[in-house]
Amino acid sequence: MFKFIIRRIIQTIPVLIGVSILVFSMMHLVPGDPAQIMAGESAPKEQVENIRERLGLNDPLPVQYFNYVKDAVQGDLGNSMRSGRDVTAEIGARFWVTVELAIYSTVVAVFIGLIVGVISATKRYSLADTSLMILALFGLSMPNFWLGLMLIQWFAIGIDLPSWVPFFSDTSWFKPSGWGSFAQVVLPVLTLGTGSAAIIARMTRSSMLDVIDQDYIRTARAKGVKERVVIYRHALKNALIPVVTVVGLQFGGLLGGAVLTESVFAVNGMGKLIIDSIRARDFPVVQGTILVVALLFIFVNLAVDITYRYLNKRIDLD
Amino acid sequence: MQKQKELLKVTDLKQYFPIKGGILGRTVNHVKAVDGVSFTVYEGETLSIVGESGCGKSTTGRAILRLDEPTSGEVEFDGKNLLAYNKREMNKNRKNMQIIFQDPYASINPRHTVRQILTEAMEIQNSVPKNERNDRVIELMETVGLGPHQADRLPHEFSGGQRQRIGIARALSVNPQLIIADEAVSALDVSIQAQVINLLKKLQREFKLTYLFISHDLGVVRHISDRIIVMYLGKIVEIADKKSLFDNTMHPYTTALLSAIPSTDMDKKKERIILKGDVPSPIDPPKGCRFHTRCPFATDLCRTETPELRKADGMLDGHMAACHYMEDIKSGKHQPTTV
Repeated sequence: MFKFIIRRIIQTIPVLIGVSILVFSMMHLVPGDPAQIMAGESAPKEQVENIRERLGLNDPLPVQYFNYVKDAVQGDLGNSMRSGRDVTAEIGARFWVTVELAIYSTVVAVFIGLIVGVISATKRYSLADTSLMILALFGLSMPNFWLGLMLIQWFAIGIDLPSWVPFFSDTSWFKPSGWGSFAQVVLPVLTLGTGSAAIIARMTRSSMLDVIDQDYIRTARAKGVKERVVIYRHALKNALIPVVTVVGLQFGGLLGGAVLTESVFAVNGMGKLIIDSIRARDFPVVQGTILVVALLFIFVNLAVDITYRYLNKRIDLD
Repeated sequence: MQKQKELLKVTDLKQYFPIKGGILGRTVNHVKAVDGVSFTVYEGETLSIVGESGCGKSTTGRAILRLDEPTSGEVEFDGKNLLAYNKREMNKNRKNMQIIFQDPYASINPRHTVRQILTEAMEIQNSVPKNERNDRVIELMETVGLGPHQADRLPHEFSGGQRQRIGIARALSVNPQLIIADEAVSALDVSIQAQVINLLKKLQREFKLTYLFISHDLGVVRHISDRIIVMYLGKIVEIADKKSLFDNTMHPYTTALLSAIPSTDMDKKKERIILKGDVPSPIDPPKGCRFHTRCPFATDLCRTETPELRKADGMLDGHMAACHYMEDIKSGKHQPTTV
């Protein structure tokens, strides 16, 4: 197991190099001269040249890349062009917000997805199964910015219902923006988690159906194992293997989805930071944030692989 | 023949699986997998059920254990009607009857070690006191020819034959009276088949087990059985002790089936009877005798009237077949109607 983890960590190195090259070349692929942008449209030529020299933009590309990586490894991702602050500090202030958002959403998605998937699979072709799967398809098809706006309209601003409707006459239960309190967290988490919940539900259902038809489930029943135990101990544990992979990929997807969700709910996380920085052409911040998100993604997938190894005892990786 | 104790008595067992169709998922038809099957298994014997794929032999086994709920009929085990039990009572009684499945790769949970597989049933049925369970696991493993050092291995570390031994040990773990072996050796290599069959026979002597042995392999069935049931399309066509079935075959279907056994005797000239066509669909089985579409002796009577299982002259007690013309075919009076 230990050997496997070490080997898996070594395998991430080429990915890291690839990511850093992509992020680095971004600055050079975008039209326009960063030095010119930094100095402003009407800045004198000498000033632009000055900045260029200071940023090392006159060095050959490999040298620039090497310097960039050298600084990045030491935690120096440059300074923001907007605020002049350290990029690492800019990201640090927002890192946990996005991570929290993604983790809460994943937890909610896994919770809902597994329950729905198991119910659907055990009651195959029933009314419950059909309705849950239609709901899942709906959840899957909805763009999450739109879902976010709808949720704000319904549950934060409130909708006009006739006053005789009990309970629902005032639905402004949650806050439409910000991050921190429970009332602020609910809507973004639901917005971000719905799509994943739907995918996990569908995956769990089909994986469970595969397993439920196996003879070892019949064997368990023949032993006299209670149906609930058959489903959870024998079926679900075996059905989880493909689901874990999907959950890992979803978590990465959620980091991307956070960009939109954070913008809709004005949550001050890395997603919003990327959007704001792109608007302001604050390249060092964009680069730094993307690098951090990519690292996070790689880390999560590493964790998934290790979990997978634990779940699927048939894989002997050592 | 001495009077033996009836252990399992199946009466008019039917297993229909609904076919859903249409927009609203109505039940449009049924697959009549088992259609009115009755037989008795005596204590300590091996009764085999043979037939082609899809004839309902496995379904019969599962319906007896209520792994699929049978549509109708009666299953009496040791004088008690199993179908009258609720789920809890049924689960309690499962310790008396166990099943071994065909595919040793699919029939044991890949995430459980041999020890877990063997102890789970003991825990549920509480058939072995807690402090004796470990000894029992070792004992069971030795009984089926596995070493105690293999107790904490996972199924994927074993070969097919070894896995089937685990399946057998698992079935034995609760000291059952009846074991239903559903194609228990079909997935194994021939050399391993022989080992496993001999193991089953040895266990039968040691623990006074009763077997309901479901198989399509007549060679295996001939080796292990005391009595044999031949099924075709959800019905029994012939039931007899082994000797009568092989030496005094009555039903044309059985004759055709037996002619397909490969023989090692070079001198014996064997005439193989090749049946025409496929087994008809069990959704809409042929009227009258279900075998008439493929039977060389079929007449109009066969196409309209369903033959009952009956005993004819010259048949031993307990030997019955379901054919209108079995006496005449036997004596040569009734000749094939088709060429």
